[in-house]
Amino acid sequence: MSREHNAHRPVASIRVLQQRASLLSEIRGYFAHRGVLEVETPLLSSSANPDAAIEPMQSGYRQPGSHRSQTLYLHTSPEFPMKRLLAAGSGSIFQICHTFRNGECGRLHNPEFTLLEWYRIDFDHFQLMDEVDALLIQLLPGCAAAERYRYADLFVTHTGLDLFSASPAQLRQRAESAGVVIPESAETGWLIEVLFELCVGSWLKQQQGVIVYDYPAAQASLSQLSTQDSRLAERFEYYFQGMELANGFHELADAAEQRQRFEAENSKRRQSGSEILPLDEHFLQALEDGLPDCSGVALGIDRLLMLRCGVDHIEEVLAFPFARNDE
Amino acid sequence: MATYNTNEFRSGLKFMLDNDPYSIIENEFVKPGKGQAFSRVKIRNLKTGRVIEKTFKSGESVEAADVLETTLQYLYTDGEFWHFMDSQSFEQYAASEAAVAGSIKWIKEQDDCNVTLWNGNPLIVEAPNFVTLRITDTDPGLKGDTSGGGGKPATLETGAVIRVPLFVQVDEVVKVDTRSGEYVSRA
Repeated sequence: MSREHNAHRPVASIRVLQQRASLLSEIRGYFAHRGVLEVETPLLSSSANPDAAIEPMQSGYRQPGSHRSQTLYLHTSPEFPMKRLLAAGSGSIFQICHTFRNGECGRLHNPEFTLLEWYRIDFDHFQLMDEVDALLIQLLPGCAAAERYRYADLFVTHTGLDLFSASPAQLRQRAESAGVVIPESAETGWLIEVLFELCVGSWLKQQQGVIVYDYPAAQASLSQLSTQDSRLAERFEYYFQGMELANGFHELADAAEQRQRFEAENSKRRQSGSEILPLDEHFLQALEDGLPDCSGVALGIDRLLMLRCGVDHIEEVLAFPFARNDE
Repeated sequence: MATYNTNEFRSGLKFMLDNDPYSIIENEFVKPGKGQAFSRVKIRNLKTGRVIEKTFKSGESVEAADVLETTLQYLYTDGEFWHFMDSQSFEQYAASEAAVAGSIKWIKEQDDCNVTLWNGNPLIVEAPNFVTLRITDTDPGLKGDTSGGGGKPATLETGAVIRVPLFVQVDEVVKVDTRSGEYVSRA
C-alpha cells in the first residue's frame, strides 16, 4: 500500500501514543514532587529570537474589519517569557509546550515539536546537570548517570586538534579529510562546529548518556561566560547515543550583554540576507529588573520518546508528523 | 549554469563535485539545537561507481550535473568504442570501454540498453535486466536430467559464461538475469 493512501491515518502507533501520555505524566509528577511550578506562556510573540541559526515561522493578528495584520512569530523556545516570570519572582518553573522552527525537518526534526523547558533558581549548570541525570534515570529504563566531558577535551581527542590554538588552515584541512565540502565563506567557528558534529558526533553515537560542558564562548548562546576562563561558556548538552536530547545554560543575566549578543546575531542575519528580527524588549527589561541566579535547560520530548520506544525516526512518535509537499 | 541549493537535496539528484558527476543516494539533515545546519550526503560517483560521504553547509549551492538517462540501441563495436543509436533521432553515441565494462558481456547487436549520458557522452551502459542469448558451447548433458541439480558451464554468443541445467544444449536460446548473471529459463 502506498503511503498516500494512508496519509490521513496517524503515523505513531496507539502504543507509542500511550507511552507519550505516560511520559508527560511522569515528568509532571517529577516536578510536582520537587515543588517546581508548571507554567504556560504564549506561543505567539511580536518579537523573536534573532539567533542566526534558528528561523522562526511567521503568523499575524488582524482586528475584525481591519485589513492590516500585526506580524507575530511562533516562538522557537519559551525561554524569554519564562525568564520574565523568573524575574517577577515565580521561583523555579517548568513548561511543556509545542515549539516551532522553520526549515527543520528530518530524521530527528519536525518543524513543530514538543519541548520540556525548566529553570532552577540558585542552581549553577553543574547542579542542573545532576537534575537532568536524575530525571532521565527515572524516565529512561536502563539509563545511568551520564559521563561528563569538556568540549575542548572531546575535540582534541577526536580531531587531534587543540580547540584554542589550532590554526584556520589546520581546521580546514582536518574538515576536508572528514569529508566536508568547505564553502568559501567558512569561518573558524563554523569549522569547529562541523568538526565537532562529525568527529565527536560519530563517537557519541556509540555512547549512552554523555554530557558535554564548557562550550567555546562563540557558542555561548544565552549562557554566562565562565568567570574563571572567558574563552568558555557555562553551557552543557546532553547526548544519548549521539542524539542531542537537552541543552542547558547557567543563564546570562546581564541585560547589556544580552542586547549585544542579540545585535550580533541580527548583524549576522543582515550579512547573510536573512530577515532582521525585532528584539524582545520585555525580556530585556526583565533582565534590567533583575533575573535571579538560575540555570535552565530544554529537553526534546519527542526524541526522549523515540528512545523510550526504541524507534529511530521522529515521525514514528508523532500522531501526525509534518507533511512535506515535496515527497 | 544550473545549480541546486542543499535544501533541494534528495535521493537521485545529480550534481558536480571536483569535476565528476555524482548522484545522491541518501541525504540527512543535521542541525544542532544551537548551531548551524548541515547536509550529510551519501553520493555515488557516476564515473567510477564509488560511494562516498560528504558534508555540506546548509544553504550552499552545487552545480547541477548534465546527466540524462535514456534508452539506446547497441549497434556494433570497432574494438575501441561501442556504438549506440537513439532509435527516434537516429543520433549515434560512442561509449568507451569503461562505460560498457559492466554490461558488454550481456548485450548483442540491436539490444536496447539504459544509457546514462553526461554532457552528451555515454557514462554508463546498463544491460537490460533480462536478455535472451544463444548457447555456443557446453558439454552434452546427461540423459534423464530434467532440471537444476548442479548444472554445467555454458558459453553464450556474447562470450559470457553462465551455469545452466544439464539438459540445456548447444544452439538453444536461454533467458538470463544480467543482475545476478544467472540462468532463468529456456527462451
